[in-house]
Amino acid sequence: MTHHDHDDHDDHDHDHHDHDHKHPHASPQKDHDTGPVGAYEMLEETIRSLLIEKGVLTAQEIAAQVDLMDSRSPALGAKVVAKAWVDPDFKKRLLADTRSALAEVGIDIGTLADYRTVENVPGIHNVIVCTLCSCYPKLLLGIPPAWYKSLAYRSRVVVDPRGVLEEFGVELPEGTEVRVHDSTADLRYLVLPMRPKGTRGWSEADLAALVTRDCMIGTAISAVPKGKRKAA
Amino acid sequence: MTRQAKSQATSRAPEPGSRFAPGETVRVAERPALGHCRTPWYLRGKTGVVASVQGIFRNPEQLAYHQPGLPKRVLYKVRFEQAAIWDDYRGPAGDHLEADIYEHWLEPASRSAPDLEKAR
Amino acid sequence: MPSPKRKTMPRKGADGRATHDVGGLEFGAIDRHEHDLALWEKRTDAMLILLVGPKKGAFAIDAHRRVVEDYGQQTYDRITYYEKWIRAIRNLLVEQGIVSREEIDERLAEVRERFAKAGRKASKERVSW
Repeated sequence: MTHHDHDDHDDHDHDHHDHDHKHPHASPQKDHDTGPVGAYEMLEETIRSLLIEKGVLTAQEIAAQVDLMDSRSPALGAKVVAKAWVDPDFKKRLLADTRSALAEVGIDIGTLADYRTVENVPGIHNVIVCTLCSCYPKLLLGIPPAWYKSLAYRSRVVVDPRGVLEEFGVELPEGTEVRVHDSTADLRYLVLPMRPKGTRGWSEADLAALVTRDCMIGTAISAVPKGKRKAA
Repeated sequence: MTRQAKSQATSRAPEPGSRFAPGETVRVAERPALGHCRTPWYLRGKTGVVASVQGIFRNPEQLAYHQPGLPKRVLYKVRFEQAAIWDDYRGPAGDHLEADIYEHWLEPASRSAPDLEKAR
Repeated sequence: MPSPKRKTMPRKGADGRATHDVGGLEFGAIDRHEHDLALWEKRTDAMLILLVGPKKGAFAIDAHRRVVEDYGQQTYDRITYYEKWIRAIRNLLVEQGIVSREEIDERLAEVRERFAKAGRKASKERVSW
C-alpha cells in the first residue's frame, strides 16, 4: 500500500506533542493510557470506530497498515543505496525505473505514486522538497522528519538551498551545482548520494551504515566517520 | 463509493501527443488557479527547459473534487535556473530547480524569454 | 512555540497565492527537533492510506490535499500535521456520504464520556466543522 505524503506541517508540531505524550522517545503505545486526551485524538478514535462499525475498514487492516509503516525506515533506503554503489547494473536500473528496482529487492511502493531517483555526482548535489505539502518516499524511507514537513523548510530550501545546506552542515566542493527538486506531482524523489572515498572493498552492510536518511533527502552527505577507516 | 483512480503508473517512453520535448524552452502560465493546483506560485510566469517527460497522469485539479480527471495529462520535469526564478538568489549561476509541471500549465517560450523574465 | 513570523505578503490575498503554497516565503529558522508519532497519529496515517487506496477508494488523495489547503490560514498554521489530516478525513467522509455529521458528533460524545469514565482528562476543544 502506498504512502500518502502530501502535507503541510506547522512549526510548532513539537509543542503539540506535549499533550500527545510526555516521553518523546517512549513507545507511542504507552502514552495512550495516561495523560490528557486531545480533541483530535478523540476524533481519530471516533472516526476509526465508525468506519469499523460500518465495515469500511477493519481493525486488523488498520493495525497491519500501522505495522507496515513502522517497518519502512531509512535503513531500507540505505540498503538500496549500498547495493547501487556496489552493483553498477542495479544502479542503472534504479535510475531508469526506481519502482521495478525496488521491487527486485522486495520493496513494494504501492499504487499511489511512482518514485524517481536522482543521483549526486561530482558537480551536482540534489535536494528534495515538497513546497505544497510534504510528498516524500515514505514507503521506502518511513515517515518524514517534522522539519521536512515544516513551513520553514518548504519555503526556504527552494529560494535559499545553500543557506539550508549550511545549516545542516553540508559543505560542497567549489563549483558544485545545487539542484532542488520540488515534488509537485505524484512522483517521489530519492537522492542517491555519492559513495564516500576510502570505502573500496567495503561490504554492502558496512556501506549501508554510511547512508543516513538525510543523505537521501539531500541535506547530508555520506562520509566515513573519523576513526572508522577500515583496512582495505 | 467512488472507485479509486487506477495506478498512476508512468511511462518513461516519449508520450504520443505530448506537446513539448526534452530540451524545449517552456514558460509556466501565469493565470489564477481555480481550486486545487500543483503548479507552485513561485514558478508562475517563469521560463525553464523541459528536462524530461514524466508520463501521463489523471488531472489532480479534478481528482481533488471527486472527478475522474480524464483525459490524462502529460507531466513534464522542467528545469529552471534559480537566478531566473528569484531576483535575489544567493547562489551561483549554475544552480537549478526542477519541478513536475502539467502540460496545461506550460506554454512555448522563445530562447530570449529568460531575459524578459529576469526583467520582471 | 510562538507562531512563525511572516515577513512577506499575506498568503491568501489579492495576489492569489494560496495558504499552503509557501515556496519562497519566510518562516524563520528550521526546527530540527524530532519526535515519535503518537499511536493516534499513526492510525490517522494508516486510515488515510487505506481510504485512498485502490481497495476502498473512498476519495482521491488529491481531495485530501484540497481539503487541507482550504483551511483558513489561522487553522493551517495553528494545528499540527496529523490534526490537519484527521480533520480532513472527517470532512471527506461526510462529503462522500460515508458517515454523517450527526453520527460523528454522537460518537465523539460517547468517546469523550468513555475517557472521562476511565479517569482521563479530555480536552474541551471542539474540532470545528
